[in-house]
Amino acid sequence: MSLKQNLHNLKEKYKGTKMAPAFNAIHTFLYMPNDVTHGGTHIKAADDLKRTMNMVIISLLPCLLFGMYNAGYQHYAAIDPSLRDNVLANFFTFDNLWIGIIKVLPLVIVSYGVGLGVEFIFAIIKGHEVEEGYLVTGMLVPLIVPIDTPLWMLSVAVVFGVVIGKEVFGGTGMNILNPALTIRAFLFFAYPTWMSGDKVWVYDAVNRAGTVDAISGETVLGSYAQNLTTNYSIFDKFFGFIPGSVGETSTFLILLGAAFLIFTKIGSWRIIVSTFLGAAAMGMIFNQVVAADIITSSSKFYGLMSTAWWEHLMIGGLAFGAVYMATDPVTASQTNKGKWIYGFLIGFISIMIRVFNPAYPEGVFLAILLMNVFAPTIDHYVVQGNVKNRLKRAKVKTA
Amino acid sequence: MGLLSKKDAALLTDPLADNNPITIQVLGICSALAITAELKASIVMAVSVMFVLALGNVVISLMRNIIPSKIRIIVQLVVVAALVIIVDLVLKAFAYELSKTLSVFVGLIITNCIIMGRFEAFALGNSPWRSFLDGIGNAAGYGAILVIVGFFRELLGSGTLLGFKVLGDPIEKTGLYAIGYENNGFMLLSPMALIVLGVIIWIQRSRNKALIEEH
Repeated sequence: MSLKQNLHNLKEKYKGTKMAPAFNAIHTFLYMPNDVTHGGTHIKAADDLKRTMNMVIISLLPCLLFGMYNAGYQHYAAIDPSLRDNVLANFFTFDNLWIGIIKVLPLVIVSYGVGLGVEFIFAIIKGHEVEEGYLVTGMLVPLIVPIDTPLWMLSVAVVFGVVIGKEVFGGTGMNILNPALTIRAFLFFAYPTWMSGDKVWVYDAVNRAGTVDAISGETVLGSYAQNLTTNYSIFDKFFGFIPGSVGETSTFLILLGAAFLIFTKIGSWRIIVSTFLGAAAMGMIFNQVVAADIITSSSKFYGLMSTAWWEHLMIGGLAFGAVYMATDPVTASQTNKGKWIYGFLIGFISIMIRVFNPAYPEGVFLAILLMNVFAPTIDHYVVQGNVKNRLKRAKVKTA
Repeated sequence: MGLLSKKDAALLTDPLADNNPITIQVLGICSALAITAELKASIVMAVSVMFVLALGNVVISLMRNIIPSKIRIIVQLVVVAALVIIVDLVLKAFAYELSKTLSVFVGLIITNCIIMGRFEAFALGNSPWRSFLDGIGNAAGYGAILVIVGFFRELLGSGTLLGFKVLGDPIEKTGLYAIGYENNGFMLLSPMALIVLGVIIWIQRSRNKALIEEH
């Protein structure tokens, strides 16, 4: 008997009991259900929510793999800076991957284990099917946290994010805030020492702090915020050979993922493009402020304000946020015009927070959460504007 | 209960659960969010409100037949302001550090909606004894929520209770901190108080379906 048949029988056996949603979820996660509608009236696109989610996960895999190699690379390069002289030869090594395996995989497993556990419990309490929403969230979460995040902290944050960020509103599709970013925001406000500074971005830097083996790795943004320069080339920044959260360093792979999402019509190109436009606009404004000598090098904002606008697009989590977070179909604006406004403001506010936030030189997650809250308002005014225009046209004709 | 009639007892017990001023009537939220980062401050706030509300209810109830209804709000404000000044001065005299922590929120008891609400809704139409019970009951319901929120915020946010390090010492790494536990800084921020309050409301309503409003 095939695995599919086994799962189906298991599902049938538990039908009507309390545990039914759990077995049903496992079955339909892997296979098309045995009992499908016959006849033609129901024909539509084959991509249901689970397939859509799986597509997003596929588009995230390059970032995850790269993040695993990068975890090791940043660790060894912090010990021996000469490794950075020949990135390509020293990057794709097994030693690097091994650190990724022992550090990143536990993050992924804990994120999925805890998150799906909460989803299963809620499905059983509420007596409905297990919702698919966590499939993508569970993959996004490990990619946007620092490598040394303790696993218990991640679990606490995931429980908080799934329960308070999503389930209290009614589950997948009803949430106001992006659950992955809710989890990130919780971690940031609850345990700030583990989420910022120069010790958290490189594997083992926290343990070694204060010893003779001490290593550190400041993110590019962190260095700029302190008016320091970095040794990373544009090549490093674009392809992601820099310290940062696990999976968000490589702008190149994120753009590749974006191309895949746009091609499969899952991600909204309007939001992605307008987010980059907004960030570029704010970056140019700051560049002009510096060029006009309003802000001089003695100002604490000088480092980030003088960063070229195109460099702002490459460093930090902006690209990752624009492609994977802002495009979340539940929390984004729904109207096409609304998407342009929503995305533009995310980029615009991201760079503003990045420059002016004294505690933490990154703003993309705060900007997206803020615009999540405003997305329905934007949609409301876009729709009302459209209604008004049409009424006006109707009046002109009758007159 | 021998001491109180059934109706009078309900004045005391109703606000504790099914007619709680915070979780059901959603009054007095500002102070519940602002001063509950420490359990001690929560308790002092609860006691202060109880003093003001119980005495104020009695005073208003005694005067209820001679207050012209056009100026009743002003009279109520005078009464509550006088009582709050007493509380404020007592705190400053005997617990100066604590009054610093509570800062303006002692003065803001005047604007606590629960107090004016009980004056208007109850004391103006009931006898002093019943008004007194109502004041004690409502203040206790308010205080109970404050203490619950304060308990969780102080325990999870600072790892202490009433200032005692119950979870170990975070700097010397003893107790829970020895195995890597850390305080949750989010608990000390007011937004988290709102979430804790929301969770309390959630639990209360899921236990008592009658409280859920029809839509």
